[in-house]
Order: sequence, then C-alpha cells, then structure tokens
Amino acid sequence: MSERAAKVTPPDDEQDDDQITDSAAPDAATEDDSAAGDAETTPAPVTSGAEAVVRALENAGVEYAFGVQGGAIMPVYDALYDSDIRHVTMAHEQGAAHAADAYGIVSGEPGVCLATSGPGATNLVTGIADADMDSDPLLALTGQVSTDFVGNDAFQETDTTGVTTPITKDNTFASDSDRVGSDVSEAFALADAGRPGPTLVDLPKDVTNGETDCEPDAPAVPDTYRVQEQADPEIVAAAAERIENADRPAILLGGGVIKGEASEACREFAIEHEIPVITTMPGIGAFPEDHELSLEMAGMHGTGYANMAITHCDTLIGIGTRFDDRLTGGIETFAPDAELIHVDIDPAEISKNIHADYPLIGDAETVVEQLSEAVDASPEAKKWRAQCQQWKSDYSMAYDAPEDEPVQPEFVVEALDEATSDRAIVTTGVGQHQMWACQYWTYTEPRTWVSSHGLGTMGYGLPSAIGARLAADDDQEVVCIDGDGSFLMTLQGLSVAVRENLDITVAVLNNEYIGMVRQWQDAFFDGRHSASDYHWMPEFDKLAEAFGASGYRIDDYDDVAETIDAAIAYDGPSVIDVHIDPDANVYPMVPSGGDNGQFALTEDQL
Amino acid sequence: MKRGLDGPEPETRPTPAGRRNKQGIRIDPEVEVTHEPRRTAISALVEHEPGVLSDVSGLFSRRQFNIESLTVGPTENDDHARITIVVEEPDPGIDQVEKQLRKLVPVISVRELEPDAMRRELALIKVDAEQPGQVAAVADMYNAKTVDSSPETATIEVTGARQKIEAAIDTFSQFGIREISRTGTTALARGTDRTAASDSTGQSADEANYDGQYTETATDD
Ligand SMILES: Cc1ncc(C[n+]2csc(CCOP(=O)(O)OP(=O)(O)O)c2C)c(N)n1
Repeated sequence: MSERAAKVTPPDDEQDDDQITDSAAPDAATEDDSAAGDAETTPAPVTSGAEAVVRALENAGVEYAFGVQGGAIMPVYDALYDSDIRHVTMAHEQGAAHAADAYGIVSGEPGVCLATSGPGATNLVTGIADADMDSDPLLALTGQVSTDFVGNDAFQETDTTGVTTPITKDNTFASDSDRVGSDVSEAFALADAGRPGPTLVDLPKDVTNGETDCEPDAPAVPDTYRVQEQADPEIVAAAAERIENADRPAILLGGGVIKGEASEACREFAIEHEIPVITTMPGIGAFPEDHELSLEMAGMHGTGYANMAITHCDTLIGIGTRFDDRLTGGIETFAPDAELIHVDIDPAEISKNIHADYPLIGDAETVVEQLSEAVDASPEAKKWRAQCQQWKSDYSMAYDAPEDEPVQPEFVVEALDEATSDRAIVTTGVGQHQMWACQYWTYTEPRTWVSSHGLGTMGYGLPSAIGARLAADDDQEVVCIDGDGSFLMTLQGLSVAVRENLDITVAVLNNEYIGMVRQWQDAFFDGRHSASDYHWMPEFDKLAEAFGASGYRIDDYDDVAETIDAAIAYDGPSVIDVHIDPDANVYPMVPSGGDNGQFALTEDQL
Repeated sequence: MKRGLDGPEPETRPTPAGRRNKQGIRIDPEVEVTHEPRRTAISALVEHEPGVLSDVSGLFSRRQFNIESLTVGPTENDDHARITIVVEEPDPGIDQVEKQLRKLVPVISVRELEPDAMRRELALIKVDAEQPGQVAAVADMYNAKTVDSSPETATIEVTGARQKIEAAIDTFSQFGIREISRTGTTALARGTDRTAASDSTGQSADEANYDGQYTETATDD
C-alpha cells in the first residue's frame, strides 16, 4: 500500500530522505534493518516475461522510465507496479521519447521509454529518430500484439521493428519468454556502447505474459559489436607531428566529446598547447565559452569568428563530430586549407563527409590522451591566435536593444543566463529561439545544453526539460527556451510537470510566427509569409495557469529581470510568455550549402 | 533600428586558396581528380536470423547505395549466412558501404572481394524450341544444360560469370526468349584466402580510411 503510494507521489523531500538513509547508513543498521535490506536486494525470482523485462531494467540500474499505458504493454506495466523504478506517465509518447532522450544526455545513462503497440509505438518514432541523429543513448520498449496475430493487421498492430529499423542502432522482436529479459539487457548495453544511440525491443503480449523462470543476463553487447578504444599509434604520431608544425591550428569539438566524457581531456590539451577551440552545436558545453581560446559555435548560425577560424585554419582537429551539413556549409569551401585530424569512435564517420588525412578511430578521451602524450611541442601560432582575437572583436555578437522597441530576444536569453547558475541546464525547441539560445547563453559545462540538433524536432523543448529535470542535480536550474510554434507542439507535457511538481522554467520567445520559417521567407521567398504567421497563438501564461503551473508575461524591458527572477524562484513549473520583437532575425547566417567564411551579418548580405 | 550585426562585409574578407571536391577531399583546383564509379563484390557474413536480409537491403536503399545484385544463402556454419552484394559506386562510396554494413549488429564480417575472386551466377533461359538441334548446339557452346523441354519450349540452365551469362542470353535470343530468371552473383575468394572469416577482428585504421588503393576495376573472372 505505502509502496504504491510512493510511486505516484511526486519526488518530495521525504522520499529523497529515505533514499539517503538507505544508502548512507548501512553500517549503523540493526539486524532487523539489514534483513529488510537483504529482502530488497535479493528480489523474488521472475515468473513471467514481463517480470524478466523489468528485472533487466533494475539490473541495469534504471531509476526512471517514461511512457504511456496501453493494451499490449500492460503486462510490463503490471510488473512495474511492484518495482522501485519510478514510472513517469507522459501525456504523449513523443514526449516520453524526448524525456528519456534528455535524461540520457544529462545523466549519461540510457533513458528508457515505454509505449504500447500501434499508435503508441508510432508516436515514439519522432523521438527515436531524434535520438538516432544525435547519438543519444535511449532504450525504447514497445508492446506488440500476440505473436499469433502478428502479420494479420490485428487491432493496434504496427510492424514496429520494420518502422524503426532505419532510426535505431539495433532493434529486436522478442519472440521467447525465456529470452526476453536478456533481449532487454542486451539492448540497454548496446544503447550505451561505442557510439551511443537508440535501441528498441518489441514485446509481444504473449511473450511478456508467458511464464518463465529465466533471469535476464547481465547487460552486455553481442560479440559481433566491436568497438576500437585506442587509435593506431602510427597515425597518432603522424597527427602529433602535424599539430606541432601547424601555423593555424584549430580544435573542433562535437557532441561525441561530451558523450565520451572527454571534455576535461580536450580542455587540458587545448589550453596546454594554446589552440583555439570551436564547437559544433551538439558540442556546446565541451569547452568553456568564457575562455579566451573559445570561439564558440561554427556553422549556419555560428559566430563569425568561429566561421572565420574554421575556414582559415591549416590544421583542424575534429573530435567526436560527424561534419553535418549545418556545420560544414558547402563541402567545397569547408576548411579548404586544412589537413584534417579526425577522432571518432565510429569508423563510418571517418571520411564520410570530409576526407580525414589522419583518421584516429577510438574513444575520444583515450585518443586525446594518446595525442597529449605524442605532442611534444606546442605549435607556434601566436599570430594566428591574435588573428582569432581580432575576428572576435570584428564580428562581435553585439545587438541593439533600445528601450522604445519591442523586447529583443538576445536580451532575454542573456537575462535568463544571468539569473541562473553556471550549471543550469538549457533545453530548447527548434527555430530562431534555439539559435539565440546557442549564441547568447554562455555555456561552460558539458551536459548543460540539451537540444535537437540532427533531426531538428520542434516540440523537443518541454518534454526534454522534464527528462533533464529528473536527471539533474537539485541545485541545477532547468530552463526551457522555447518558440511559440515549438511549445504548441508538445505543451500537453505541462500536465506532467505539474503532476510531478517539476521545477522547470519555460521561457516562450513568442513572436507569433514560426520565426525561422518567416526569416527564410523574408530572405528567399520575397517575404511571402505562407502559413508562418501564427497570430492565433493562445496566451501562454493563462494556459500555464489552466494546467496548474504558474504563468508570467513579459511585454517590455522593465518586466524582464523581475519576471525572470520570480519564475525561476517559483518552486514548480512556470511559463513565461515573452512577447519579443516579431521581426527579429538570427545572424550571422550561412545560407544552406554556402561558404562558412562568407556568412551574412544582415539580410542585405544574403 | 539596426537589423543584423556589424563587421566587415563578405566581399572584403580574405578567402583561402584551397578547395575540396564533392567527396570532401582537398584538391588542387588546377587538376581536379574525379572518382570513376567502380563495380565490386562485397561479401558479408551475418548471423542467420530473421530480419537480417531486410536490415541489409534496407541499409542499401536508404543510403542510396546502388545494388546490382544481392544473393543470400546458408554457409558451412548453420548459424551464419553469407550475403554477396555487387555494387557500383564512386570509389569512396564503396568504403562507406562496407563501414555502414559493419555497423549492423548481426553482421559478423564484411569484405570487398579481390578482382580475382570467383564470381558466379545462374540463369534459367526459356526459349522457343522450333529448332531444337540449334538450341542444343548453343547450349553446348556455353556449357549449359537443358533442364526442361516441351514441344514448343526448351529451358536452359547456364552458370558462370556475369559476362558469360549476358553473352549466352544474347546468343539464345535468336530463338526467341520467352522468360529469363537470374540469381545474381555469389562469390568466394580464391585459394586459402578467407572470404569473410567469422574470427576477423575490427578493421584497422588504414582500412577505415580507405583511400583508393584498389584502383583496379573488378572484372568478372
Ligand atoms: C516537427 C517540425 N515541424 C516543422 C519543422 C520546420 N521548422 C523549423 S524551424 C520552424 C519554426 C519554429 O517556430 P517557433 O517554434 O515558433 O520558433 P521561432 O523560430 O519563432 O523561434 C519550423 C516550422 C521542424 N523543424 N520540426
């Protein structure tokens, strides 16, 4: 009874205290206590496929799972009823996948999401595809109709493994109650091994309902999956020599640096050898943006100085990046003078888009340590560093914010940054607001930037804030910087945030446009605003209140600091409807396929 | 109010001298190297489990790799199957095909076959049999066998390299071809060379960064 209550109660102090006492005081435990402890650590043997599934998750140390109930997944939910895993019921499965994805980004452990067959599974698809593009560790468990109905177009049947094959690292149709637990263990291990990514196990109802006494194997990847940890020493030596002799070296840090826990090693390497550092969008947080060597993000909406540096360098050390087209612009003009040293754990990324002169396949942290060992002398690049600093002042990210104009979005992002700590986590939707959140927030720590990069999924912001909140430390604020169009796509997640009393601040940069589309229409379609004018937006502050969250509204500069402070201070979900300048656009900008060095600073330059 | 940012305009900025080609390889703008498409056979040893063929064929279509033929069948080991894929791709593309294949979890090993590997396909050719003697003579010429005959038709089985099959079909066409069914190429490496050994470890960095060392165009034996 009390156990059941604990599962549906939001995380409160009492529960946290329980956990702390459990783990902190084993020595002081009386005999009775330790007996109770044993009963908890040696659970009853499994009796069904569903129990084996849940046992596999418990063995893997899963704390949270995000999902929505349904017919085909009911046996698994029934088994969860007796588990200590906290299930967070979401309002839509897309949100469950994004929440689990963000949980994975912030915690470094695979996030877990659950859905029933058919529409439950197809609703997960966007979130799984998102995780796939960003190499986020994610385990999706989907219910399936009983095996004897499979292929008959049964009620709520979808060929889920078929649908998700192109967007998962691996997926499995579980066909045996005795194996299903181990299928889940293996999928969990695979999601996190080597280059992370989403895995899926499809769970037919008869398999989860079926009797079994087979305990799942410990999480382990199959032996056909091999990961190379260390790079070839000969190529490391050659790359080191190249670095020593570089005149214009630059380091490019991608999302793989954060996933591979290599931020610290990369920082040390860059600082020791005084090499300017650029990041990709997923690489944000890998290097402190307030450091002199930081040139911040390059690419379509990267800083002018990052794009100048990447275009003019003669040696580029790309680590954990897949050279996405939003980063490279046109291939012909990408770092055209640079010899490329490419560090990646996935061999298929080497020379996929940009030819690597020094391919270093291996774990980012290990290979950067190998490089550190091998580089004896720092490159003599004083002039180059001075040039980078010059570009920083030439192309500074300064904006005008006159009092009599509508609020400029850049100002709001900076104000949010100021009102929060260095470790605050930012999540976003997709659009202009996401770019301002990249450009005007100063990131200094890995795993504090949570966004949809490769797929560019509008609606990612709020559900990912939910997942991030549950993975974050209590003293880390979670701020979702959203667009009005993006927020509208998944705002039913507010009901979840309210139910769980999650301390999240959503700042909707409301321009009553799907602004990024409007910006492109202004630039490339003669200002014809076809279907991008969203003047029919609801009042988000009132909507928040209807959900039981706290709502705020900002209309001019006088409100900004005070309102933000109040929203951040509110202990629970709060939504600020920020009415920004509807005509504000994002600069610099490299048009699709353009030359990074030719970024436009104004619309006239496009 | 100002819209946009300050700084030197695009035209006033310095531009680097270098350039890359479409494959992202740095090139001398004066002498552009283009990679001619190349046809080759790739052999993959895979776990013999449901779904693996669709994993492989799906990978090819979604990455826009151009499959010429794909055959699959059991091997000496009951748990393994061998897939032979003939692809035609620009040179660096073949490297990407192999790497992407290796990433599939049920794939045990992948290898591009040497030009001298044995490649065979089988064709059944059904022709009009108005001149049975001449049909038999042509069949003889190609070491082919008549596997079915009726008063009006003869069906011939030919095996061999692709070019031989094409030539046979060409010659048989004089009789009037009713139907053809072909298997696509299956292949094995010569001699003691293992085609795709299950004990092969991860590829070396050199292999991973294939840079055109196999310039010879693969010919059907
Ligand atoms: C699910 C989805 N649908 C459509 C798009 C295409 N798209 C990219 S940005 C954008 C506009 C986003 O508008 P909004 O969320 O209001 O943010 P803003 O650009 O105004 O800051 C659209 C429609 C997308 N990225 N994702």
